[in-house]
Amino acid sequence: MIKLAPQLINLFATLILMLSFAMISQRRVVSLINLFTIQGAALVAASVLLGYVTNQPDLYVSAALTLVLKVVFIPWMLHRVIRKLNVRWDVDTLINIPTTMLVGIALVIFSFSLALPISRLSTSMAGGSLGIALACVLLAFLMMITRSKAVPQVIGFLSMENGLIFAATTVTNGMPMIVEFGIALDVLVGVLILGVFMFQIREKFDSLDIHNLETLKED
Amino acid sequence: MSWLGLLSQLMAIVMALVMAPLLSGWVNQWRARLQNKSAPGLLQPYRVLHKLFNKESVLAEHASALFRMVPYIVFGCMLLASAIIPTLSTDLPLSPAADAIALVGLFALARVFISLAAMDVGTAFGSLGARREMLVGFLAEPALLMVLFCASMISRSTSLTTIVETLAHRELAIYPSLLVAGVAFAMVSLAENARVPVDNPDTHLELTMIHEAMILEYSGRHLALLEWAASLKLFAYSCIGLALFFPWGVAEANAPLALLLALPVLIIKLAIGGVFLALIETLSAKMRIFRVPEFLGTAFLLAVIGLLVNILLGVG
Repeated sequence: MIKLAPQLINLFATLILMLSFAMISQRRVVSLINLFTIQGAALVAASVLLGYVTNQPDLYVSAALTLVLKVVFIPWMLHRVIRKLNVRWDVDTLINIPTTMLVGIALVIFSFSLALPISRLSTSMAGGSLGIALACVLLAFLMMITRSKAVPQVIGFLSMENGLIFAATTVTNGMPMIVEFGIALDVLVGVLILGVFMFQIREKFDSLDIHNLETLKED
Repeated sequence: MSWLGLLSQLMAIVMALVMAPLLSGWVNQWRARLQNKSAPGLLQPYRVLHKLFNKESVLAEHASALFRMVPYIVFGCMLLASAIIPTLSTDLPLSPAADAIALVGLFALARVFISLAAMDVGTAFGSLGARREMLVGFLAEPALLMVLFCASMISRSTSLTTIVETLAHRELAIYPSLLVAGVAFAMVSLAENARVPVDNPDTHLELTMIHEAMILEYSGRHLALLEWAASLKLFAYSCIGLALFFPWGVAEANAPLALLLALPVLIIKLAIGGVFLALIETLSAKMRIFRVPEFLGTAFLLAVIGLLVNILLGVG
């Protein structure tokens, strides 16, 4: 079990990367939320495993926090939001999906080549995960850039946060608990506010297309 | 070359021929069950083959010699393909004949000939099916190659037997790249075997059909051979998948006991795989033909990610 642990963590890392990639190629909002939920679950599994192997009970707390927030609460809230706003289907992307995926591959190559020399020097258990975490963050950025609707952008933001937490957990073996709590609270409040925003945007423009926000300027 | 090697080669070929229709029957049965229909018998594909072999083969008036040759060529390609895939044992005398790249080439050869035959008679459906098949094929092939390269990067060889030997008989290690490659492979094999998200294997009466449109003009023993070749292809793909991603139970050279054990293990693995295939086909809806390039592009890029992960994590 202990011997296989680094490989298992790499496996979860790959799973998280694959889910990030699946997210940028996904058109439907409902599937996007489901993919995000699975990504959260993979993150929880990786944290628990790392906590068990390195004997850090802190990581269990962090995993529990992720579980409650990212696997249960936020997906539930997002499902509620899209049901209320009736935006279960979303086909709008600014660049078409195949191009987005090609850009995604370029980002993955970029972040891997950036992280490869670093991971060779690294002594921590899953040094190779740094490249994957970086790729996840960049892919989530890409998703936020290429989607024109508000809900996928929020999911992109949350997925980016997943990548950051994963990087912090695997590379440094966990952040101080107070930072962890702070980030969790930030994300929670952020999502709540963004949820309210989505309702407001919708009420104002009858659509969630954020292009409408450009007309808010005062002349 | 040992007698045992010859025996295992012979067993692999006979088993592919016998079990391929059985696998198709099994998948069809489970699909019918999952869709709340009354299921056809497990032996239905054999009955269909028997019926077709006993029927007269009707040829179109303008059919050339190519049209008559193609069923034999396609059947031969699929038979050779299933002979070089290590299903029961990695001790296959025929395996130096073709490595993973040549295997993809064999599938391509069969595809080219079946498309030529479809266009040969000159019906609208035939050329329509041939064009779609080529559209699917030219995207599926590189993805399949990338998946196979993922596995060969781990074993540092493109020979299928060496790959499976390395994966099956080394101490247990988890290869994250194979996870990604496995997903890509599942997508490619759905497309290549004319399964539901890409094509519907059930119907001859749909404007969106691909595989069925190409063999519409065939009848009698020619059709029987093509149907058999199609189930051999499904069998071959399932066996590649099982050999790469679940390689346990494949016998090594000079291990007669393991060879005996390999058969029931393979049957169990195929049975589980068949149920999964039926499940995927039931749960997904057929996609628009213009979404297929996107679907296969995703498979290709996932396989590329597998290669990259392999380089980054450097396991093996």
